Amino acid sequence: MQFTLNGTTVSLDVVGTRRLLDVLREDLNVTGTKEGCGEGECGACSVLIDGQVVNSCLVAAGQVDGCDVLTVEGLAWGDDRLSRLQQMFIERGAAQCGICTPGMLLAAHALLEQNPRPSEDEVRTGLAGNLCRCTGYTKIIDAVLQCRR
Amino acid sequence: MRREGGDKVTGRARYTDDLVVPGAWYGKTVRSTIPHGSVRSITFDPAFDWSKVVVVTAQDIPGANVVQLIRDDQPALSAGQIRHREEPILLVAAPTRATVAAAAAAIHIEYDALEPVFDIDLATETYSTIEIIKGDVDAALRGVDVVVERTFKVGLQEQLYIEPQGAIAIPESGGAIRIIGSLQCPYYVHRALKRALKLTDEQAIVVQAETGGGFGGKEEYPSIVAIHAALLARKAGRPVRLIYDRHEDLAATTKRHPGVIRHRTAVRRDGTLVAQDIEIVLDGGAYCTLTPVVLSRAAIHAAGPYACPNVRIRARAVATNTPPNGAFRGFGAPQSLFAAELMVEHVAERLGISSLDLRKKWMLRVGDTTATGQKLTESVSSDLVLDAALKAAGPAQPPNRPTARRGRGLSLVYHGSGFTGSGEKKLGGKVAVEASADGRFTVLTASTEIGQGTKTIFCQLAADALGVGMDKVVVAPQDTSLVPDSGPTVASRTAMIVGGLIHEAAVELREKLAKRRPPQWPLRVEKTYVQPDRIHWDDQTYRGDAYPVYAWACTIVDVEVDMLTGEVRVVDLVSAVDCGKAIHPVMAEGQIEGGMLQAVGWATIEEIKMKEGGYQNDRLATYLIPTALDAPRIRTILVENPYSGGPFGAKGIGELPMDGPAPAIIAAIHDATGVWLDEVPATPEKVLAACNSR
Repeated sequence: MQFTLNGTTVSLDVVGTRRLLDVLREDLNVTGTKEGCGEGECGACSVLIDGQVVNSCLVAAGQVDGCDVLTVEGLAWGDDRLSRLQQMFIERGAAQCGICTPGMLLAAHALLEQNPRPSEDEVRTGLAGNLCRCTGYTKIIDAVLQCRR
Repeated sequence: MRREGGDKVTGRARYTDDLVVPGAWYGKTVRSTIPHGSVRSITFDPAFDWSKVVVVTAQDIPGANVVQLIRDDQPALSAGQIRHREEPILLVAAPTRATVAAAAAAIHIEYDALEPVFDIDLATETYSTIEIIKGDVDAALRGVDVVVERTFKVGLQEQLYIEPQGAIAIPESGGAIRIIGSLQCPYYVHRALKRALKLTDEQAIVVQAETGGGFGGKEEYPSIVAIHAALLARKAGRPVRLIYDRHEDLAATTKRHPGVIRHRTAVRRDGTLVAQDIEIVLDGGAYCTLTPVVLSRAAIHAAGPYACPNVRIRARAVATNTPPNGAFRGFGAPQSLFAAELMVEHVAERLGISSLDLRKKWMLRVGDTTATGQKLTESVSSDLVLDAALKAAGPAQPPNRPTARRGRGLSLVYHGSGFTGSGEKKLGGKVAVEASADGRFTVLTASTEIGQGTKTIFCQLAADALGVGMDKVVVAPQDTSLVPDSGPTVASRTAMIVGGLIHEAAVELREKLAKRRPPQWPLRVEKTYVQPDRIHWDDQTYRGDAYPVYAWACTIVDVEVDMLTGEVRVVDLVSAVDCGKAIHPVMAEGQIEGGMLQAVGWATIEEIKMKEGGYQNDRLATYLIPTALDAPRIRTILVENPYSGGPFGAKGIGELPMDGPAPAIIAAIHDATGVWLDEVPATPEKVLAACNSR
């Protein structure tokens, strides 16, 4: 199978029914994507497939053949040029323990791509599939609202 | 700016399961399926090829079969007796996940069951009892105008760190074992590992990986994970990864202690507080873990932040056959403060006066004494936080939805910073700060970063004392072979106690560097915590200065109760918090907001129902925590009333936010509906039942 991962084409010979999460983490050593529950409830494993947020623990690797997959590693522009969203997450204190952060960033990124000027309620709805236990969400929502265009 | 923020937003931060360890096998724990009894037989299915795997039993433990903590009651692996569901019996490891799962499935265990105890009223074994006596409650109760009695119930709660428990054990030369894990307290794990694996100080190496949340859940439980991983690695002669999935984590690991708290409060008709008679019973579950310490904090906070001349607090923690309960943010105080705060509401209702006026009449101020007889001398912020929260809350609003009723509730709480009584003295936490020849500085401490921003504030404190930029200071890895034992990262002690020590060490280092060029680099200054002479505490009588100082919070909550479904939504939450000095205001607010929402969850939706000693809510599909849609916009007001013994005046902040929301929510539900629940969680079914039975 072949897909685009963070802008780079990857070719793999894997069993298509394996979880995309495991293929990313174990075969490609792209470990920013986390497993929090393994059943699509927590969103820690969120990635974007052709711009849509999905839980990579519920996606069979074979399903992304020919797709464009974005993980947290693909959000920055090069090694040290963080995206505005990443910068705001740091500045506004939106990342505490950091385990939900990759998924949260991807859900927020997708939301802003689809709706560049979301209201606070729209941000809350957009992030409702991603659990955070550290922040109470207020700082995460503020960080996303700072990135409205 | 947060020190490790860059790694966390780019995916570079390495949590335990992200670490690649060549040749590592996968481990798995085989657990009991009954709550009480003994193992009759263990059968290994002959159809399975056992040569491909390793199996560890209690007989393979080289040292003591004990998880080192307070009592030696908990075995690392059952030696035959079963005291709770999910008790570890065997361990298996194999080269692949599929093989280890197949091996575990090929082990059949039969039991001789005994009658389990789940009801705390029927429990016969007690882990600890505490009595706090001030004045003469019996005498005070005679002939008093009004006595109000209520009973309160609090439920189990899961910490629900988003990263499940996990450790990797790596055998090294000289019989050493390196543990890399998700944990709060490297030296707890170090001690437990030495004891069970029979290792020397040097042979046990414990390293904290980036840790995805703890909240107390990674205080004592990681010792079990680490011992198990180490036993497997030792027997397999290769590294072993033992990473829990969410289901195992929810089913097997510690929870917040549930319990029952009974209050009898005596007052005069004018509202004067005469006596508080309080009984606390907490359910410790099947093993002691940290239960006596949790009970201690519950008892000390049980009278609430109020000045009462006659107080009797009788607390006990009992054993049942549920999985052991353990450390969880607040450590007993949320449970007892929940009851204390609602008691103010009930007394006010009986007297027909406002609970706000009653609080103002009762609350502790400078010069007052607490239930343990501690005279409060500084940084007492009852008036400050109450006024700030009331000012910020604004007028009450009408409900947003036609089927809902809206109500408001308020709570006032205080939370002791640092270990109880002589705890810090016994602990003697250590830190070091080193200067290198290139002008860089290293902070050496075992205190862990688990989301609170420890590394950032430690760098801030050291850089400030050294008079250098933060970029010149690094924090050494939390690795027991490198850093001294600063004590555990718990009890709202990290910034105040350990941060204070780092600041002191850095000040001394700067003075030394100013005097003369050191003969050799690095130049190191070590500091050990010395308890101030003014703190007096008696462990036997529970009299004296229970904590060096207290942090304060007033929380005002608006709820909407859907009268058709019983659903409670917290729509506004304002909290004025005095943490002495916020060393990093954004991170302090973030920690407070997260704690508040965790408390909202405990009070409303986080419910664990038991079935035959197991938790029915053992998946994230059934154990619900608040999402961004459930959460209100939490407004934090930092009120700074410095404490002379903390760095820049800082007090502890970690646990306080867990205390206030639950009683405020129950009071708000009463304001909205006219019914008192007196228990958490206030689930829709309980709210509807209470409304319908009126």
